[in-house]
Amino acid sequence: MAAVAKPAASAGPDIELPKSANWKQWLDRDAWRQIMIAVPYAWLVIFFVLPFLIVLAISFGIAQVGVPPVKWAETFPYIEWANYQLLFSKTLYIKAYWNSVQMAAIATFFTLLIGYPMALGIARSSGTMRNVLLLLVILPFWTSFLLRIYAWIGLLGNNSWFNKGLTWIVNTFFPIWGTLPKIQMMNTDFAVILGIVYSYLPFMILPLFSTLERFDPTLDEAAMDLGSKRWQVFKDITLPLSIPGIVAGAMLVFIPATGEYVIPALMGRGDTPMIGKVLVDEFFQNRSWPMASAVAVALLFVLVIPIMLYNWIESRSMQGAAK
Amino acid sequence: MPDDGGKPQSGPIWLDAAAKPFISIEGVTKRFGSFTAVDNVTLKVFKGELFALLGGSGCGKSTLLRMLAGFETPTEGKILIDGQDMAGIPPYERPVNMMFQSYALFPHMTVEKNIGYGLKHENMSDAERADRVKMLIDLVQLGQFAQRKPHQLSGGQRQRVALARALAKQPKLLLLDEPLGALDKKLREQTQFELMNIQDKVGITFIVVTHDQEEAMTLATRIAVMDKGVIRQTGTPTEIYEYPRTKFVADFIGSINQFEGEVKSSKKGFVTVSVPLTNTEMTVPHDRDLPEGSKVAVAVRPEKLTITRKAPAKGVNAVTGTVVDLGYFGKDSLYRIKLASGALVRVNHVNSKRAGEGERVAVWEDKVWLTFDPSSAILLAE
Repeated sequence: MAAVAKPAASAGPDIELPKSANWKQWLDRDAWRQIMIAVPYAWLVIFFVLPFLIVLAISFGIAQVGVPPVKWAETFPYIEWANYQLLFSKTLYIKAYWNSVQMAAIATFFTLLIGYPMALGIARSSGTMRNVLLLLVILPFWTSFLLRIYAWIGLLGNNSWFNKGLTWIVNTFFPIWGTLPKIQMMNTDFAVILGIVYSYLPFMILPLFSTLERFDPTLDEAAMDLGSKRWQVFKDITLPLSIPGIVAGAMLVFIPATGEYVIPALMGRGDTPMIGKVLVDEFFQNRSWPMASAVAVALLFVLVIPIMLYNWIESRSMQGAAK
Repeated sequence: MPDDGGKPQSGPIWLDAAAKPFISIEGVTKRFGSFTAVDNVTLKVFKGELFALLGGSGCGKSTLLRMLAGFETPTEGKILIDGQDMAGIPPYERPVNMMFQSYALFPHMTVEKNIGYGLKHENMSDAERADRVKMLIDLVQLGQFAQRKPHQLSGGQRQRVALARALAKQPKLLLLDEPLGALDKKLREQTQFELMNIQDKVGITFIVVTHDQEEAMTLATRIAVMDKGVIRQTGTPTEIYEYPRTKFVADFIGSINQFEGEVKSSKKGFVTVSVPLTNTEMTVPHDRDLPEGSKVAVAVRPEKLTITRKAPAKGVNAVTGTVVDLGYFGKDSLYRIKLASGALVRVNHVNSKRAGEGERVAVWEDKVWLTFDPSSAILLAE
């Protein structure tokens, strides 16, 4: 810009800058920031909002035999509510939703129960030890998820050495049920919860760890200095301050666990399916795209409620802080 | 090394040999692996004292404080508080509270809850508890902030919350770890005096850890200067400043000029030292007999040197050199004088007379004489 020579004759205040300089300036100042912000938005729109709108549109359609296997009502507003009506009238669907939420909630509770002490232990360990422990948490991801589930199926199955060993231990030391021939673990709710807890544990540990790691250890010392024993310090200081980590971890486990398909399909009971199973069945067995879409949309709302609850708690605590 | 030092005067409790110390640290050593953080420290602190542990970072002062609070256990030696051996007593059962350097306020609790936290375990009614919290909030003048959370307070306010919280349980001993470290200069001065006022009011024993000699000098009744886990000298601020026992202490507290030399003769409480550096002899009072030829240093504080252009009379302690640096601060000026040997000497000249440009006692390149009264100098033997 300094290179722009001012005409000697016109000493007026308006100097027209070359357009290229303006554009360059804009790029320097704002453009990068805006581009960086735009990337995640574009991602969300392309890979979440648009597909969701397509699913929403299909959920208001009617199944047909043909390509595509869906059509829409011929008169305005082209919307067919039948799928949603069926969803709320048949106990199968409601039961499946309830079952899913219940299983996910129980599994989340146990992941928290197991994950919290682990996260605390990792956060309190030092240097090399901490890195090793974190690596151990992440290490199972290096093996295929499906493979690990099949490994559990092998372990829990009635004829496995694990089952036989466990049966022997129970029969020998805790013969409450008399002599058991075997312990039925596969195809039970227990197996599903075990599978979910096992698979999702890292998602609980990692956010908890990052919350606990930032924790100032002198806070513990201060509480102890003021007369609190160790468990009181935990109750008064550590636990309340780790709530954001608990909530984040619980969300990361609960939300995908509710819609989980593979684990209940492979390890669960056939008679009380979880919603993921119902959705897949609608899609592939019934070949009803609209019904499957309606199930998916309803599932989304089941999951949106806890997220909104979380946001509400978050904003309330923020307000409390601003008082 | 520990030494109560100084000249005998009647009055202060620490000079009374029969007085029972309130805190008695007896031969305490703390090792972390092969590193010795605190090395055989023996120290007595009396009731109502505001005692400062002064030293650079890593000198062991904080470790000593943490051992008093119960967060560390001594490797050797023992600590007695009010006659009770503290070995095996966990922090939550000690009659000691600590104000942490980082303040360690509980971020999820309001000012009121923070201050009242320690009272939860105290056997008192809710009304009594509320009264005590109110009293403490008033003491540190935080009335209007009682419902705020720590992150909504300024540094000075947080510091006061931390102090009130530490005072809540009426500890017999209050430990303060760098209490003013995180405050800016103006706030420091203000809180320094506040802290002294509060100590006057509540009358408990304070032990302050600090690396700031100014803080220690203004706050403390007595100071222990620490270095490498060892106490180098214990004494009142005046004793530490005016009668340092070692080169380390003399250097650590304020600045000092040291002229190294050898004892030439010693008589009637005075020692004559020949200083090769300045090629002169200096006479300094001393209470110990030193053999001829022993290596010593004559140390003089910059403000105790007089700067003149005239050569002094014979027999006066004097050195001569050229002005190389001159800093004018208004109330005083700092000179740096280069001696013939190349050594630099710092001189603080109080501008007690008004002088315009060119009227100053000396300017750059001037050849000047520095004189000092024998009683102002310290003889450091080592």
